[in-house]
Amino acid sequence: MSDTLQLTADGRLRHLLSIEGLSKPLLTDILDTAEQFANSRNSRGRKFPLLHGKTVVNLFFEASTRTRMTFELAAKRLSADVLNLQIAASSTSKGETLLDTLKTMEAMQVDMFVIRHEASGAAHFFAQHAAPEVAILNAGDGRHAHPTQALLDMFTIRRHRPDFSRLTVAIVGDILHSRVARSDIHALRILGAKEIRVVGPRTLIPAGIEDMGVTVFNDLDSGLKGADVIMLLRLQKERMVGAFLPSTGEFHRDFGLTRARLAKLPPEVLVMHPGPINRGVEIEGDVAYGERSLILEQVEHGIAVRMAVMAMILGEETRFASTARSDSERSAMDDRAGASQ
Amino acid sequence: MKSVLIRNVRRLDPQAGTDASGDLAFRDGVIVDAASGPFDEVIDGSGLWLMPGIVDLCARTRDPGATQKGTMRSESNAAFAAGITALCLPPDTKPVIDNTAVVIRVNRIAKAAGGAYVYMLGALTKGLEGDALAEISALKSAGCVGVTNGLAPVANALVARRALEYAASLGMTVHVVPLDAALANNGCAHEGAVATRLGLASIPVAAEAVAMRQWISLVEDTGARVHFGRLSSARGVELLAAAKARGLPISADVAAHQLFLTDAALEGFNAMAHVLPPLRSAADREALRDAVGSGLIEAICSDHQPHERDAKTNPLPLTEPGISALETLLPLGLQLVEQGLLSPLTLASRLVRGPAQVLGLPARGLAVGAPADLCLIDPSQEWRLQAAQMNSVGRNTPFIGTRFPGRATRVWRG
Repeated sequence: MSDTLQLTADGRLRHLLSIEGLSKPLLTDILDTAEQFANSRNSRGRKFPLLHGKTVVNLFFEASTRTRMTFELAAKRLSADVLNLQIAASSTSKGETLLDTLKTMEAMQVDMFVIRHEASGAAHFFAQHAAPEVAILNAGDGRHAHPTQALLDMFTIRRHRPDFSRLTVAIVGDILHSRVARSDIHALRILGAKEIRVVGPRTLIPAGIEDMGVTVFNDLDSGLKGADVIMLLRLQKERMVGAFLPSTGEFHRDFGLTRARLAKLPPEVLVMHPGPINRGVEIEGDVAYGERSLILEQVEHGIAVRMAVMAMILGEETRFASTARSDSERSAMDDRAGASQ
Repeated sequence: MKSVLIRNVRRLDPQAGTDASGDLAFRDGVIVDAASGPFDEVIDGSGLWLMPGIVDLCARTRDPGATQKGTMRSESNAAFAAGITALCLPPDTKPVIDNTAVVIRVNRIAKAAGGAYVYMLGALTKGLEGDALAEISALKSAGCVGVTNGLAPVANALVARRALEYAASLGMTVHVVPLDAALANNGCAHEGAVATRLGLASIPVAAEAVAMRQWISLVEDTGARVHFGRLSSARGVELLAAAKARGLPISADVAAHQLFLTDAALEGFNAMAHVLPPLRSAADREALRDAVGSGLIEAICSDHQPHERDAKTNPLPLTEPGISALETLLPLGLQLVEQGLLSPLTLASRLVRGPAQVLGLPARGLAVGAPADLCLIDPSQEWRLQAAQMNSVGRNTPFIGTRFPGRATRVWRG
């Protein structure tokens, strides 16, 4: 299971593969740590030397702009050396297996891999096969998990609504193919949200999702009734037309968040979207940048949250107790102590 | 060994339907009167079971074509050591078994390998491509005991109907793995809460049910004999029961692992549990167990699919499906006996008599004059499966570390 794989024996983060299996205190700890990075942001461009001397590789087997950028920025603000690799799926079919790719990079003394891959379970796979001193950070694996997105979503919600136990959250759209939805559901459950709803047409709601502790709605208006937070999902282009949905127009008509729909909800309701948005599909442009929208805040918080996760994984003294690292490591530890108190 | 006498052994004869202690002797590959000694070897059979050698309805040797996964020598001998004296090879070898030349070639390498006897299913369509009928008559004369398209889809219901008509006119059974390709949609897990949580592309039960309904309708039209292999669901069991109740010439088997594992085995992205048809829910497993207990499903097979390590070293959806299962077929059967689902004699029936009937093989019993295809079992020799001790080249099994109540201790082929 992911919890034994991603946690150390004493319950600290060793990898971050999935939100599933994290405890409420640990999740809260990550958000608190992120809060410290976010607060010290007013000194723009400030760097923390926590990961000085460490190498972080962004290994993206799937196209990504914002996630990769925020991981890169997070690592750089922690003073790590960062390498970005966008590997087309085709190059792994040339004969080099995924494991070969991992081992080759490991030989370059990488400390952390930030991995995005189209196959569910890819991050687990890498964690199972990685050398003990290498950490894996899941930046999205198939439909399975996107834990840092969920963390930044929780971070964003918490800033506006600190008490999760009073929250009804509606996740709207393509739940079937969404790793964001799955990770958000786990996170909301762990943090004790009052009610979690998934809203979408039957073709985009996976079987047995109720077992994750959610209520299913196939109708947007009833799904949004009484919701405090609306989390919209991106509808992938290849699923807009075909057997899942007849057209983007019809999806927008039934499940798009429009100004008119929003007007019917209480003014304090929050609107979120992991981006990039499809204007006029899952969300109306005016709503995306309207006053209730937290979409740009989410992007901004992505950096602090990813810094927190990286620092908590790579900054742990015990993790590398056996591997004699240089002075830079020790000074990074000292700085971290300074930064967080 | 020319002649052997086994004394005071529990004789499980599924052909005669008898379960009684006694002696059994064989000489030159034929069962003889136990009083016709002397014998070269005398075995004390007390505490042991003796039954005819197992007939495995579906085992891939990977040879010819994919010898990095297994060879005829390794796999037929692994089968033999596990009590399987005859196995049925599906035609999805490379080249495909769709012409007599390949049948002759496979027969030759099987004979040279010297393990379990290898029966073959011929391809239903040329190259298993689903469009044009293979030369089924020629395949039959070359020795194929049935035809199948395996997991490869048949293009449409018209081709399926014609294939049934043609096979029926030759008296050949058509073996069908009921899995509608469109509904299976390249999924790798049972549609349900586990696949949803892990984000795995899923295969609904309807993939099996839709395929079964189509084939059953065509059997109603044609009267052709169809064997459904590797059932996985409760709904499949219901459809089978209804079809049999109407007197249709239909039989079915289940892979042993389906009687033990559910989709929960995929937790942690365990690629060893990635198999097609997929492991389903606990309710499905119970329905399959009941059907094996009642005899509605007449055979248990291994659905052996050995793989090299690389085939399973990937994120789960990218791994190749299949379990290396020869060496757990009888041991899992013994667990069914231990758990009270089957009597020892019924187990022998599901492993020997049922599959032999499906393939139309001569009766396999323990009577004098029958071929000495025999499996001597120690039902109380506990052991644990260890990868390093497996005979198959494929070590891909979710049962590593599992405790088994017993195993085959001696196996003979007449």
